[in-house]
Amino acid sequence: MKVAIVKYNAGNIYSVVHALRRLGVEPVVTDDPEALSSADKVIFPGVGEASTTMEYLKRTGLDQVILSLKQPVLGICLGMQLMCHHSEEGDVDCLGLFNVEVKRFDLPREYKIPHMGWNQIHDLKTPLFGNIRENDFVYFVHGYYVPVCTETIATSDYPAPFSAALHKDNFYATQFHPEKSGDIGSAILSGFLSL
Amino acid sequence: MLAKRIIPCLDVKDGTTVKGVNFVNFRDAGDPVELGRQYSEAGADELVFLDITATYEGRKTFVDVVRRIAAGVSIPFTVGGGINELKDVETMLNAGADKVSVNSAALKNPQLISDIAQHFGSQVCVCAIDAKEGLPGDWTCYVAGGHIPTEHKLFEWAKEAQERGAGEILFTSMNHDGVKCGYANEALARLHDELGIPVIASGGAGKIKDFREAFAIGHADAALAASVFHFGEIKINELKDYLRKQNICVR
Repeated sequence: MKVAIVKYNAGNIYSVVHALRRLGVEPVVTDDPEALSSADKVIFPGVGEASTTMEYLKRTGLDQVILSLKQPVLGICLGMQLMCHHSEEGDVDCLGLFNVEVKRFDLPREYKIPHMGWNQIHDLKTPLFGNIRENDFVYFVHGYYVPVCTETIATSDYPAPFSAALHKDNFYATQFHPEKSGDIGSAILSGFLSL
Repeated sequence: MLAKRIIPCLDVKDGTTVKGVNFVNFRDAGDPVELGRQYSEAGADELVFLDITATYEGRKTFVDVVRRIAAGVSIPFTVGGGINELKDVETMLNAGADKVSVNSAALKNPQLISDIAQHFGSQVCVCAIDAKEGLPGDWTCYVAGGHIPTEHKLFEWAKEAQERGAGEILFTSMNHDGVKCGYANEALARLHDELGIPVIASGGAGKIKDFREAFAIGHADAALAASVFHFGEIKINELKDYLRKQNICVR
């Protein structure tokens, strides 16, 4: 199986590479449109700031490449937020694959921001979570969130429910980091590779 | 519910794990990569690796260690020690670290925190603070592995670090470190009250109840310890079972 990881100016790409290698898959990290569109699976990772990253994707034409993908695509963290239609982080229009707006956490003082650490996921839908139990823990790091919407396939609470994962057509996305979520994360990546 | 994190810390010198008692008298505690993997399997939520090597050669060895950890460990890990400039941060992130902790270099040049946050994001930047309490409530920050006092005070410095974009504060009480009589819970609670970013408690873990108190009294978001884990005095799964029974949310 050919797995491509979208190469762009984001952190944590190599964490995803290592996680896939632990599953016995050697991914290619590329920004070549041809290599991306011909892969069996595409992963769009991300750690960074929304507006500068979106600007980079537009400048390089990667935005159009991602929009045109037909195979299963998995966005992770910022990758998921960039797949939504707008983000409050830098007030920027994003790819618009999911019809929902990314909001800034606005919480009472006892809730630390970013939402960082291991939290439970529930209301799990789709084969992405085939091997995952309700309330399993996964690792999150984010200061902005996607509200629960029709495309939500997993929620988490901080303290109110938000989208922990989204799905529409061939596009899947997780707010948490499966590549850093131990055995549960490996099982989710494995679920994605089996789609 | 967001879980409280348990974080084993591994001090690494010339590629080998060591742990000091009150920052001196090292005892050997094994290979950092193997320990990291074991802790990950045992249920650690995150790992911290501090490079306490002073030499250039040792530092290159550490980058290689970081690379091997990243390949073998599937939970987040922070690296620290000798992070002096943006280039060091980039080297560590490229080797596979999720976060870097800055300590002495940030006290000397606070702009470093702003630069890291701006270039790599706040989530990458852990501000480590070693502080010692003189008069009650009066905490002075130290640099150089706890050897040299500075003019900075704990609470002011922690707030400045947050304003500059640090994503977390890793607070080590030098009064408590290595003594194994519990964390500095009063100071932790004050940091929790005054800050909007997560606080990691460090220094003082001896018994499992010390962790409960760091969370319940100190309101810490995470608790870090070294020797009690390395020498098997506390098993992570037993610690978590205990915390669960005390109604503290853990993974």
